Amino acid sequence: MYHYNDFDEAFVRERVSQFREQVARRLDGSLSEDEFRPLRLMNGLYLQLHAYMLRVAIPYGTLNSAQLRQLAYIAERWDKGYGHFTTRQNIQFNWPQLADVPDILLALADAGMHAIQTSGNTIRNVTADHFAGAAADEIEDPRPYAELIRQWSTDHPEFQFLPRKFKIAITGAPNDRAVTKAHDIGLRMVRDANGAHGFEVIVGGGLGRTPMIGKVLRAFLPTADLLPYLEAVVSVWNLAGRRDNKYKSRIKITVHELGIEEISRQVEARFLETRAEFKGGDQAILAEIGSHFAPPAFAPRSTAAYEAARSANPAFRSFADTNLAAHRAQGYAIVTISTKAHGATPGDMTAAQMRVVADLALAYGHDEIRISHEQNVILPHVHKADLPALYLALREAGLATANVGLISDIIACPGMDYCALATARSIPIAQEIATRFDELGLEQDIGALKIKISGCINACGHHHVGHIGILGLDRAGVENYQITLGGDATETAVIGEKTGPGFAADEVVDAIERLVRAYLALRLTDDEAFVATYRRLGAAPFLDALYQREVQIHAAE
Amino acid sequence: MTVIVTDRGFADDDWVEGAALDLPTSTDPETLRGQLAGVTMVRVQFPSFADGRGFTLARQIRRMGYVGRLRATGPLIADQYAMARRAGFDEVEIPPDLAVRQPEPQWLARANWQAHDYQSRLRA
Ligand code: SF4
Repeated sequence: MYHYNDFDEAFVRERVSQFREQVARRLDGSLSEDEFRPLRLMNGLYLQLHAYMLRVAIPYGTLNSAQLRQLAYIAERWDKGYGHFTTRQNIQFNWPQLADVPDILLALADAGMHAIQTSGNTIRNVTADHFAGAAADEIEDPRPYAELIRQWSTDHPEFQFLPRKFKIAITGAPNDRAVTKAHDIGLRMVRDANGAHGFEVIVGGGLGRTPMIGKVLRAFLPTADLLPYLEAVVSVWNLAGRRDNKYKSRIKITVHELGIEEISRQVEARFLETRAEFKGGDQAILAEIGSHFAPPAFAPRSTAAYEAARSANPAFRSFADTNLAAHRAQGYAIVTISTKAHGATPGDMTAAQMRVVADLALAYGHDEIRISHEQNVILPHVHKADLPALYLALREAGLATANVGLISDIIACPGMDYCALATARSIPIAQEIATRFDELGLEQDIGALKIKISGCINACGHHHVGHIGILGLDRAGVENYQITLGGDATETAVIGEKTGPGFAADEVVDAIERLVRAYLALRLTDDEAFVATYRRLGAAPFLDALYQREVQIHAAE
Repeated sequence: MTVIVTDRGFADDDWVEGAALDLPTSTDPETLRGQLAGVTMVRVQFPSFADGRGFTLARQIRRMGYVGRLRATGPLIADQYAMARRAGFDEVEIPPDLAVRQPEPQWLARANWQAHDYQSRLRA
């Protein structure tokens, strides 16, 4: 994993002192509130419903144990003892005091971290496949490219006052776990006819009030051209993007209004200019970065203890079946630690739990930790021989919930409990759904099902790409939840279809149960997942169940 | 009177009228091709500090080979001085009230714009 060099280190420290000065200059009146606002945002500091919120970057979702310990320390020293992992691989602290923020940023710098460009009209923290460097299906680890993008976008002089925020996601695997098609730019590693690695560049995806699946801007971009090409795209959009209406300023609207051909023409012309400015320094830095991401020394060991524990302990077997993913090295597994114990706040983790995870990563996981956009924590490199011990330790810390990918593994944005923009609560809905299906004992039987909940139209909870999406709105002062069906966040990304009228807060869990019971009755086999049944049959039978209409008798039946 | 900010701090405007070109930040840089020969001063007029188009415009003007004076004019804040210099501006022209509210030391604090610069490393 990447370790700051002297330059990075000096940069973040300089940046902290600049922010300390900016806070002081705000207090002495040198900076107006309007002027201070973008400066605090580009350093991760939001003003929320009840307090400031500090959003710390976990670049491309990668952490080591020392960094996670530092986050635990920050949570206890300056916050209320917990942090919240977000859908953009950030961690948010909900209760810092403005005057403490420079010290918090310094504590982050001490651990090789920062909160730079986690907010504001800038290029945001670049996100990546949370299984990068471990997944069995990967072409190449995307994280060195992600780190290169981090360095390039950090404090980029041209791109600190963009028309709006700009999000980049990257994956090195054909199975897209990074939602690349719902980002301003998505980068998918591909091979050309000669086997050379490059990126398919997708532009103009995004959720929010105008959800769009991104379009291919370049089918194959040689990896060496990554930075000049990104620079060309953002440069073109910085001038062409609308600044008259913030709801029309994202690049997805620019692409929609000008057309992909015209954007492509402008980008390719600009790219000829930008490419001439990169003379190899970026490639030398990329090679150096790559050396930080050398895979750990995987050792062949017996998996007998793992097999024995599987047969002896049904709870362990259930955990293993649900929370493990295929690793590229023999005998190893990728372990996902769910933050979604039934009834818990999705994405929240206490400082004590963070320390447990840090210890376990050190003991069993080659000191690597990942945070997923699904708000879970991952130990990417664990040998199966160590899984029984790991499981026991997780269970003790309340971290062994076996629900990854299941109905209670819900993405939920902070919603009305924290967010100033919210129109409804999302956390309690997630908690109630999880609790309901746990009580019904149906979770394992239902199988793979992704529910995603947003507390307003901004869609931070990715509801458009949930198999079942829930959007909380405000209807004349009353919370109302609109349901979408059939969304997909993977390489086959689709925006979910709206159903009919929404449901009140006390009706929505029943509505979800009706949908799920309809699915259980309709599926062909136990292996046909919810979304597969939905694709096979279309919305009609699900709408019947949702709105309790008399089930129509189809001629074929 | 407006104040001119450079790496040396505040100064009065020393520009005596000549071949100057004033450009709003909405200028399409493509329309400038072939128009910059003989121009010795380009002023990019920022309507607000939040309008970042001027930074890309400056880059494009430099990419076209313009080597004359390039000035950012408008209510930029001291925190943007380094961005302006890195984007290719030589100087920033600010209104007098802003120069009072954000006095010279706040701008000189960013005169070190060549340090801590990821771009110059990546383009080496
Ligand atoms: S979706 Fe809306 S309520 Fe939820 S975090 Fe985003 S802005 Fe806030």
